[in-house]
Amino acid sequence: MKVELLWWEGCPSYPETLEDLRRVLRDEGVEADVDLVEVETDEQARAERFPGSPTVRLDGMDAVPPPESEPFSLTCRVYRLRDGRISATPDPEDLRKAVRRTK
Amino acid sequence: MNIGDVAPTFSLPDTDGVDHGSDGVTVVVFTCNHCPYALGWHERLLQVARDYPQVTFLAVNPNDAERYPTDSYEAMKERVAADGGWPHPYLRDESQEVARAYDAKTTPDVFVLDADFRLRYRGAPDADHRDPQQNARWLREALDAVLSGAEPERAETEPVGCSIKWK
Repeated sequence: MKVELLWWEGCPSYPETLEDLRRVLRDEGVEADVDLVEVETDEQARAERFPGSPTVRLDGMDAVPPPESEPFSLTCRVYRLRDGRISATPDPEDLRKAVRRTK
Repeated sequence: MNIGDVAPTFSLPDTDGVDHGSDGVTVVVFTCNHCPYALGWHERLLQVARDYPQVTFLAVNPNDAERYPTDSYEAMKERVAADGGWPHPYLRDESQEVARAYDAKTTPDVFVLDADFRLRYRGAPDADHRDPQQNARWLREALDAVLSGAEPERAETEPVGCSIKWK
């Protein structure tokens, strides 16, 4: 499985997501390195179809797909935890579900 | 700006075009429309404004609206209107001069000024933007201290949020 974490330095949330992602991969028995991809410019954000930081991709697919209307830019993503709370990081259970779907 | 420094005075328009500035004990929160940290803490900060009516509470959006249209003055007006009004003004810092004068780093970034406009607290509202039970505890502790004439025990914390979008 190709695992990528796309991040932008303007958001402090990616280290926590990296930790969550590595834990989920370990729990699910997936031996894959996480490729860290830093997005530094608006041009790169558009080219990478980057909806904000952090973004986790599994085999090229967004683990928590954003709305289709989401623009591609250097911004922080707004996630919802499973209980509805706003979060700067995806719910680890959503990451787990995406890993199970992909493997 | 360091704890104890006199904060710069300013006058900025709210979403109705009315100018506001610090007045007595004041909370200045740099915030915005799109950041998950600002959104996560938003309700808690509104509640602080409701719970401390004797304090001037000012939310300031300094983000570059050209690159981030969701932070435009129009979008600010729409947001406040959609909410049926806020208990405190939402100010537009179009030139970003106020954010620069305060050396604001993130949205949110909280500053508590005493009645002499000296900085008494700077940092995050509390320890976790995702946890409503935190109830903006650090900000409330600072306000309680300032209003009773004491120094906040926790005068400074690390502001946590999205970087301010400079022009």
